[in-house]
Amino acid sequence: MTPTIVATVLIGGILTGCVYALMALGLSVIFGVIRVVNFAHGEMMAVAMYAAVFLFAAFGLDPLHALPLVAAGLFAFGYALQRRLVEPFVRRPEHEQFILLLAVGVILTNGALILFGPEARGIMTDYAFDSYAVGDIIIDKTKTIAAIAAIIAAAGLLGFFRFARTGKAIRACADNLIGAEVIGLDVKRLYTLTFAVGTACVGVAGTLLAMIIEVTPALGPELTLLAFVIVIVGGLGSMPGAIFGGVLIGVSEALAGLLIVPSMKSMLSFALLIVILVLRPEGLLGRRPS
Amino acid sequence: MLKVANLSLAYGDAQALDDVSFEVAEGEIVALVGANGAGKSSLIRAIAGMERPAAGTITYRGTEITGWPSHKVCEIGIGQVAEGRQVFPSLTVLENLELGAMLRRARAGEARNLDRVYTLFPRLAERRGQAAGTLSGGEQQMLAIGRCLMGEPELIMFDEPSLGLAPTIVQEVLKTIRQLNADGLSVVLVEQNVALSLKIAGHGYVLENGRMAMTGSGADLLNDDRVRQAYLGL
Ligand SMILES: Nc1ncnc2c1ncn2[C@@H]1O[C@H](COP(=O)(O)OP(=O)(O)O)[C@@H](O)[C@H]1O
Ligand SMILES: [Mg+2]
Repeated sequence: MTPTIVATVLIGGILTGCVYALMALGLSVIFGVIRVVNFAHGEMMAVAMYAAVFLFAAFGLDPLHALPLVAAGLFAFGYALQRRLVEPFVRRPEHEQFILLLAVGVILTNGALILFGPEARGIMTDYAFDSYAVGDIIIDKTKTIAAIAAIIAAAGLLGFFRFARTGKAIRACADNLIGAEVIGLDVKRLYTLTFAVGTACVGVAGTLLAMIIEVTPALGPELTLLAFVIVIVGGLGSMPGAIFGGVLIGVSEALAGLLIVPSMKSMLSFALLIVILVLRPEGLLGRRPS
Repeated sequence: MLKVANLSLAYGDAQALDDVSFEVAEGEIVALVGANGAGKSSLIRAIAGMERPAAGTITYRGTEITGWPSHKVCEIGIGQVAEGRQVFPSLTVLENLELGAMLRRARAGEARNLDRVYTLFPRLAERRGQAAGTLSGGEQQMLAIGRCLMGEPELIMFDEPSLGLAPTIVQEVLKTIRQLNADGLSVVLVEQNVALSLKIAGHGYVLENGRMAMTGSGADLLNDDRVRQAYLGL
């Protein structure tokens, strides 16, 4: 194992991690504001991946061009889901929210199974095997494009929360819900928007992930678990934490593939999760509950 | 201007308001007096659309607003400076104020209202970039009032605005409320310092265990033996 190979794998991990980060950001935003854990997050991600695969197979649409479409579709899906289904559960006990979203996840997974069958599906662009060589280090072109797109989307999201009036209003709801009602913010509408923004993140991340790996119906639940590991390691409800955790898990998966065997890539992530839960339960960048 | 008729409100089995009627005329200060747990905040929250009354009606300028969600109540011109100030601690002072102007009614006048708030509370201008959570209690109260003013309300309901503040600041807060009233705002005032609030109020209402026990002009209530005994400690 040469340093070049380690560097190549490490960079690949970081690039994939950027896409993970965007997925986790969506989960973190939804939880941070609405205080509902989206247990169907990975399944929605799989839906986005299938959408990208379908648009490519049926219309030859490059994933980057499919991106706005899938993002808009997932935004609309999240919007309707929150308005029709999740909203009445926002003030209900957590286990009821859990069952509800678990059910959504099961429906999505089995829907995918019915529509697309159990076999793996992927996107083979004509640049799928291209790469950049930096010295002896080889950087995969597709992963680079996906990572850059994920970073742009994440920056856009952070900018929205920092500068846009609606973004500030959403932060205000997370900060002090009573205060938000007192000054007449339309909390229901802002929650619906938040959920939709969170699922739109998944739309973008899913399309990008579909460029990198193949999708199966079973991938959904795996991605949900992955997103949880990321936000817990990074710090629940912390946006920088979700980003940092995403990249970290991307790297740990890649290293596990190199150092142990690729099929054990999740093992290192879960080990990391356990270590974090023992040593720093609030996550690496999370705030200690006061 | 505001008319509450036969309002009842319950939290589960616990009756917080029972057949309460209450009125505010344009341009006046109405003091709402009562012991802890009498239902003052519940009444304000019911008017603000933050609690759903079990019975009764709330009418504002001829429009029945019973059961309206809080954002619509704010939109029609009823503002609130809530118990405990309820600022957004991790947002900056300026962001807090901007959000007060998110109401459609307040969009056009935002710049003018911000000037007005900064003139009224120069401290907020000095600290506009600071997180609201780092402000002192008095400054947070100024922010809560300023944020409410950014929504261009015609009526403001103040719920214990001087709770936990130093005596000098209490005076300042009450002075501000009088000044706002002189500028044309109608006011509902719940205030720990009952004597002071009745002194500046045109009308007063006394709530006891969720029922309206007494009402009259501020001066009459100030001279009433029962009020003096129960709330003024005289
Ligand atoms: N959210 C709530 N849930 C249950 N009971 C409440 C709630 N808020 C207030 N109460 C009860 O309603 C009564 C009136 O409370 P409140 O309106 O806060 O009185 P005040 O503002 O006059 O002190 C009290 O007995 C209080 O315990
Ligand atoms: Mg109270």
